[in-house]
Amino acid sequence: MKLAIQINEGPYQHQASDSAYQFTRAALAKGHEIFRVFLYHDGVNNATRLAVPPQDDRNITQQWTKLQKEHDLDLVVCIAAAQRRGLLDEDEARRQGKDANNIAEGFRISGLGQLIEAGIEADRLVVFGD
Amino acid sequence: MAKKFLFVNRKAPYGTIYALESLEVVLISAAFEQEVSLVFMDDGVYELTRGQKTDGIGMKNFSPTYSALGDYEIKNIYIEKESLDARGLTLDDLQHLVWEDEDDDWAEKDSIHLISSKELAAVMDNQEVVITF
Repeated sequence: MKLAIQINEGPYQHQASDSAYQFTRAALAKGHEIFRVFLYHDGVNNATRLAVPPQDDRNITQQWTKLQKEHDLDLVVCIAAAQRRGLLDEDEARRQGKDANNIAEGFRISGLGQLIEAGIEADRLVVFGD
Repeated sequence: MAKKFLFVNRKAPYGTIYALESLEVVLISAAFEQEVSLVFMDDGVYELTRGQKTDGIGMKNFSPTYSALGDYEIKNIYIEKESLDARGLTLDDLQHLVWEDEDDDWAEKDSIHLISSKELAAVMDNQEVVITF
C-alpha cells in the first residue's frame, strides 16, 4: 500500500512524533511504500539538527535522517509552519536575511500543496498528533 | 484526479493556530480542484460565529475569509447540531455561507448543512481523505 504520513507534534513532548517514526519504519519493513512524510504544526521541530537530547535518549531527528537515507524518503517540512517557528534551511535563511539555518540532512522545506498532493497520491494518509 | 477531502474543525478560532491553519489548507486543497467538504463540530462551531472582534487579543480576525469558500467551489459545510446545542448557539449565530450555482443562473445556494452526529458519521464514512484540526 502507498502511505503518506503527517506529523503534527514536536519531538520529546508528545508520543506522536515517535509513533510516526515507528509506524513509518514498520510499514517500510512490511514492504509498503511511503509516498511522503509531511511535518506540520509543531511537527516541523522534528527537523532541527540543533537539538541535543541526552546521550541515553533517542535522537528523533537523526533517526529520521538515517531512515531517509536508507529508503530515499521524501521528508517535507511545511514552510509556513517552519518560518513561524524559526526552522530554516540554507536558502531560506539567506532569503530572509537570517544568520543561521537548522534543517537537518534529509529534510526539505516546501508548501502545503505537498500535503494535499500526498492525500491525492497515497492510498492512505495517516495523521499523527491530536 | 479528484478525491473527496474532508476537513474537520474542532477548535475555537483563537487560542490555538489550528483554525487558521485549517483554513489555509482548505483553500489550497480547493486550488488543487479536489472535492472539499468541511465539518465544524465541538468548539470548532465558534469559528463561524458572526461579529468576531480580535483587537483585544492582538490576533488577525480571519473570519471574513470563510465567506470566500463558495468562490472556491466549496458547497458542503456541515455543522454538527449537538455541538451547537451544547453551546447554546443556533445557525443564526453563524455566518450565512453560500455558493453560486453556475447551472442555475448563478443562484445563491446555502453551503451550510446542519446535521446530527449520526448523519456526520455517514458523511465521514463517504470521504477518502480526512484531516482534522
